[in-house]
Amino acid sequence: MEHQSCIFEYRTLGLVLAALLIMTAVTVGASYIDLGWVNIWIALMIASIKAGLVLVVFMHLKFEGRAVILSFLSTVFFLAVMIGFIFWDVGFR
Amino acid sequence: MKPQTDRTGNKMGMWLFLYTEIILFGGLFVLYAVYFDRYTEDFIAGAKELDRVFGVVNTIILLVSSFFVAASITAVRKAHDRIALAGLWGALACGAVFLVNKYIEWGHKIEHGIYPGSEKLLDSAGGQNLFFGLYYVITGLHGIHIIIGMTLLGVSLVLVHRQKITAQKDALLENCGLYWHLVDLVWIFIFPLFYLVV
Repeated sequence: MEHQSCIFEYRTLGLVLAALLIMTAVTVGASYIDLGWVNIWIALMIASIKAGLVLVVFMHLKFEGRAVILSFLSTVFFLAVMIGFIFWDVGFR
Repeated sequence: MKPQTDRTGNKMGMWLFLYTEIILFGGLFVLYAVYFDRYTEDFIAGAKELDRVFGVVNTIILLVSSFFVAASITAVRKAHDRIALAGLWGALACGAVFLVNKYIEWGHKIEHGIYPGSEKLLDSAGGQNLFFGLYYVITGLHGIHIIIGMTLLGVSLVLVHRQKITAQKDALLENCGLYWHLVDLVWIFIFPLFYLVV
C-alpha cells in the first residue's frame, strides 16, 4: 500500500489545532450571550464541527477506504436513531 | 516470503471498537439530554456551580494533546523519531495535567458536599442530584479513558524508542492515536454540555 503520501504535514495539523482553539473561544463567547434555547444548539453545532475536524484530519478519516467511512457513518446514523426514538418516546408520553 | 501486515484490517478492528465507545458515551449523552429536557432549571443551576476555567483549560489541553499525537504519527512516517518521541511525551504530559485538574476540580466539589449520595444533593431539587450524578459518571468514565489512553501512548513511546514502531510498521501507534483522539472527541461534547449551559 502506498500510504507514504497519505499523511498530513505538521503545518496542516497546526492549522487544524488553531481552528479548534478558535472554535473553543467562539463557543465560550457565545455562551455569554443569552439566546435561550438557541444557545445549546449553537454549542452543539460548534462541537460537531470540531468533532468533524478531529475525525477527518487527526483521525485520518480523509485517507480511509469505503469500509471505515461507511461503517462510521452507520454508527452516527444509529446514534441519531437512538436519540430520535428516545425523544419521540419521551416527548409523547 | 515477507510477512504481510493487513493495514485495513488493523484499522477496521480499532474503528469497530471505537463505534462501541461512541454508543457507550452516546447513551450517556441521551440520558443527559432527556433529563435536561425535564429538569432544565436544575441543570442550568448545576452547570453554574461548575468552574468554567477548569472546563476551558482542560479543553485546550486535550486539543493540544491530540495535535501532539497526530504530529507524532506524521513524524514516525517521515522517520523523524525525535519529533515523534517529543510529541508522545507532550501528549502524556497533557494527559497528566488534565488528570491533576480533574482531581482538583472533583476535590473542590466533594469538599462542598457535592458528590453522589451526599446530603446536600439529596436535599436539593431532584434535577441537581441527576445533573451531578451524570457529571460524576460521565467525567469519571472519561477520566478512566484518559488513564487507558495514557497507558497506550506510554507503550507506543517505548516502542518508538526501541525502533519497534517505524514508518513501515506503525499500526499500533495509529490505533493508540485513534483511541486518544476519541477521548478528545468525547470531551468536545462534554465541555459545552456540562460547563457552558446557561
